[in-house]
Amino acid sequence: MSQKTLIGASALAGAVAMAISGATFLASTQGAAAATEKCYGVAMAGKNDCAAGPGTTCAGTSKVDYQGNAWKNVDAGTCTTMSLEGGRMGSLEPLDRDLPA
Amino acid sequence: MPRNETVTGNRQRDFGAALLNPELPLPQGIVGPHGKNAVKRFAVYRNNVTVSLIDALAGIFPAIQRLVGESFFRDMARLYLAKEPPRSPVIFEYGGGFAAFLERFEPLARYPYLPDVARLERAWLDAFHAADADPLHPGSLGAIPPEHLAGTTFTAHPATRIVRSGFAAVSIFSASREDRALEGIKPGDAEDGLIIRPSDAVEVRRLPAGAAEFFTALIAGASLGEAAGETIARHPGFDLPSAISAMLEAGVFSGCSFGAANSEETA
Repeated sequence: MSQKTLIGASALAGAVAMAISGATFLASTQGAAAATEKCYGVAMAGKNDCAAGPGTTCAGTSKVDYQGNAWKNVDAGTCTTMSLEGGRMGSLEPLDRDLPA
Repeated sequence: MPRNETVTGNRQRDFGAALLNPELPLPQGIVGPHGKNAVKRFAVYRNNVTVSLIDALAGIFPAIQRLVGESFFRDMARLYLAKEPPRSPVIFEYGGGFAAFLERFEPLARYPYLPDVARLERAWLDAFHAADADPLHPGSLGAIPPEHLAGTTFTAHPATRIVRSGFAAVSIFSASREDRALEGIKPGDAEDGLIIRPSDAVEVRRLPAGAAEFFTALIAGASLGEAAGETIARHPGFDLPSAISAMLEAGVFSGCSFGAANSEETA
């Protein structure tokens, strides 16, 4: 490892300390990660989400509205409370209703 | 030829070539249920392959498509895919050479910022599909004894990418992806882009002067002392505390270590 160091150790320690003193951010980013859940049976045809995301072929491939085995990311805690057209409810597990013919 | 005979070697190559070049003859052995040459069936298949690859490129490079217009983009994508068909069966890996193709694409010579916008889009999708890793916890860096900070090295988060541009590629990328007007952007202003995925969402940010060099050096394995020293030598106004704060907040790195002792981060 090269030891070409052009900055003093105390300056470096000061910079790191300053950087960390303003660090209240991590909890917020980790909180954001848990804020959605996969909700089955609520997406309109062609509007489903996909684990693999854009550039792949499964996002937006659902054939019918409210397709039971297609899911969409929704705000956490809201999936099973969604009531939809025709008395349908969202589900955290795949459903066998509204499958394409 | 029996219908289920395995297609190998030359024949597979001929099949692949004929898929992308309509001038080539029907590959040998492609027959319909009654044994007749399946010219039309093959043409349908060829069309599906081409259209799906164009769609994939449009999905990977939506900002470029918006900037050049859909019909121009689709015609250009057709030329690109004939020149550079996918090498991976994983379609989201396609388009690695698209930026270089744009650089050499004569009709776009007056828009020299487009290749860097394409690099940002390709990096966006790389970051999207990169492995999960917890970002470096500020406490792990804080726990390193001050005398060891200069020798501390970092492990890049799998999603981290840096795209440096001599143009305003980040502003143009962001405006195009968000469907905003390009008014007020000066294409000739150099911008460095940082691509990160702090939680599940990819973010593209503009870096202040010096930060791209600083992060690039750390990603390449330089120690904190080396990277900071060299960046400050080149950019006397470089704000080191802000850069360190930004890299912690953005999750540019997933771990750090000094000497033999290792303080890999595990949240």
